[in-house]
Amino acid sequence: MVNNSARPVVEVRGLTVVRGDHRVLDGLDLDVPSGVTGLLGPSGCGKSTLLRSVVGVQRTAGGSVTVLGQEAGSRPLRDRVGYVTQASSVYDDLTVAENLRFFALVLRLGRSRRELVERVDAAVEAVDLGSHRDQVVGHLSGGQRSRVSLAVALLGEPDLLVLDEPTVGLDPVLRRDLWALFHRIADPVDGQGAAVLVSSHVMDEAERCDRLVLMRDGAVLAVDTPDGVKQRTGTDDVEQAFLRLVEQDGGAAA
Amino acid sequence: MSATSAFSPTVTGAVAVRVLTQLRRDPRTVAMLVVVPCALQTLLWWMFLDVPTAAGQPGTFDRVGPGLLAIFPFVVMFLVTSVVTLRERSSGTLERLLSMPTGRLDLLVGYAAAFGLAAALQSALAVGVSVGLLGLDVAGPTLLLLVVAVADAVLGTALGLFVSAFAQTEFQAVQFMPLLVIPQILLCGLFVQRDALPAVLGALSDVMPLSYAVDAMQHLATETSTGAVWADVALVAGFALAGLLLGALTLRRRTA
Repeated sequence: MVNNSARPVVEVRGLTVVRGDHRVLDGLDLDVPSGVTGLLGPSGCGKSTLLRSVVGVQRTAGGSVTVLGQEAGSRPLRDRVGYVTQASSVYDDLTVAENLRFFALVLRLGRSRRELVERVDAAVEAVDLGSHRDQVVGHLSGGQRSRVSLAVALLGEPDLLVLDEPTVGLDPVLRRDLWALFHRIADPVDGQGAAVLVSSHVMDEAERCDRLVLMRDGAVLAVDTPDGVKQRTGTDDVEQAFLRLVEQDGGAAA
Repeated sequence: MSATSAFSPTVTGAVAVRVLTQLRRDPRTVAMLVVVPCALQTLLWWMFLDVPTAAGQPGTFDRVGPGLLAIFPFVVMFLVTSVVTLRERSSGTLERLLSMPTGRLDLLVGYAAAFGLAAALQSALAVGVSVGLLGLDVAGPTLLLLVVAVADAVLGTALGLFVSAFAQTEFQAVQFMPLLVIPQILLCGLFVQRDALPAVLGALSDVMPLSYAVDAMQHLATETSTGAVWADVALVAGFALAGLLLGALTLRRRTA
């Protein structure tokens, strides 16, 4: 269980990532509490790199990332953090159930065969793929495939769920359902009270988050609730707020 | 919270079962895996059918056939593994596995077990066809031919895993074959007896694992003693183990 009053779930301090000659992230600081946090910014602003650092698969050049009190990517965290990349990261030539069963075994879930099946079924149901359970993933649509990937991340009932653009290319109904699912997972009463960190380059998804992190050029522009961001900038949608913040930022730098 | 040890039989088993399930989904690959070695062995037998044999000497097929039985599992498993592992890297599944409590050894041993099993099936058929239908003379125990073949396949798997780290595309992975595999085939003693090679090439041949697999097969074909064969198998297994350890070093949890 994640306690709201305790320290943030994710603490990033002075994070620097260099790729070639380019500083993708340059001394980035950020705290992520429980609830649903949206990481928003244009493509190429460093969202994926930041998320990879939180999961602990990114080679970093400096700074620290602490997750649930442990160093990101360290062994005790490997079954407490669920991660969905932009690539679907599932096996195309296995069925939905076979994929989930495999990853459930890797996560060492289920003491018995029955418990394992229950875990797999619960994950399949959570992403509404019950009718495709025994279909080979390669034959599914892109949206269905990314839901299989999400199901894998949900398997271990993680305390932190890191999702890199999970709603890209999905139809609006499905997108709404997924956001509802994220909030359910984050709910400490009905769900598992997990922290959910979701990236998106679509600003209209911002309204669905408890908290926003606006990012541009490898730096954090603002961290606030959607309403807070709008009030602070005197605008009435997040896209306008983002533009205003970029102008202010540019003005300060000049 | 369960402690996550470096090696877990459950995870290793899951990896092996998964790889075999993936293979089963691809019947064409399985068919090629088992049919091609038999067909090539038959071709070899046919090629030498009308070549006269000196009295008291073994026929050419009897001399060359066993060596080829060592080369198939090595080459095929090298190719299959390097492509499969590369796919695992590029599809993002490797990154996902390494962000989970997966030991690197779980992955490598799981792969080696699955492909070793596939190689056992492949070799059983190739040996069966060669000995049963084509009349290949084997002096030693036939079962030992299979042991050599499996060790050889695991060697191919280990080398394939290792090179997949240095390839960004399937095209590049396949190019490692002429670089790393063909020299071993040329110098393994099939074309020129190993002790008749120029000194430098002989020394090269001595550090190439395939040489020992072919030695073992040729020894089995002509002698009934097995001591030297086990020594060769141990050497091949040692190379395979070293390859797997090198492969483990290339599986990095953090990448750029």
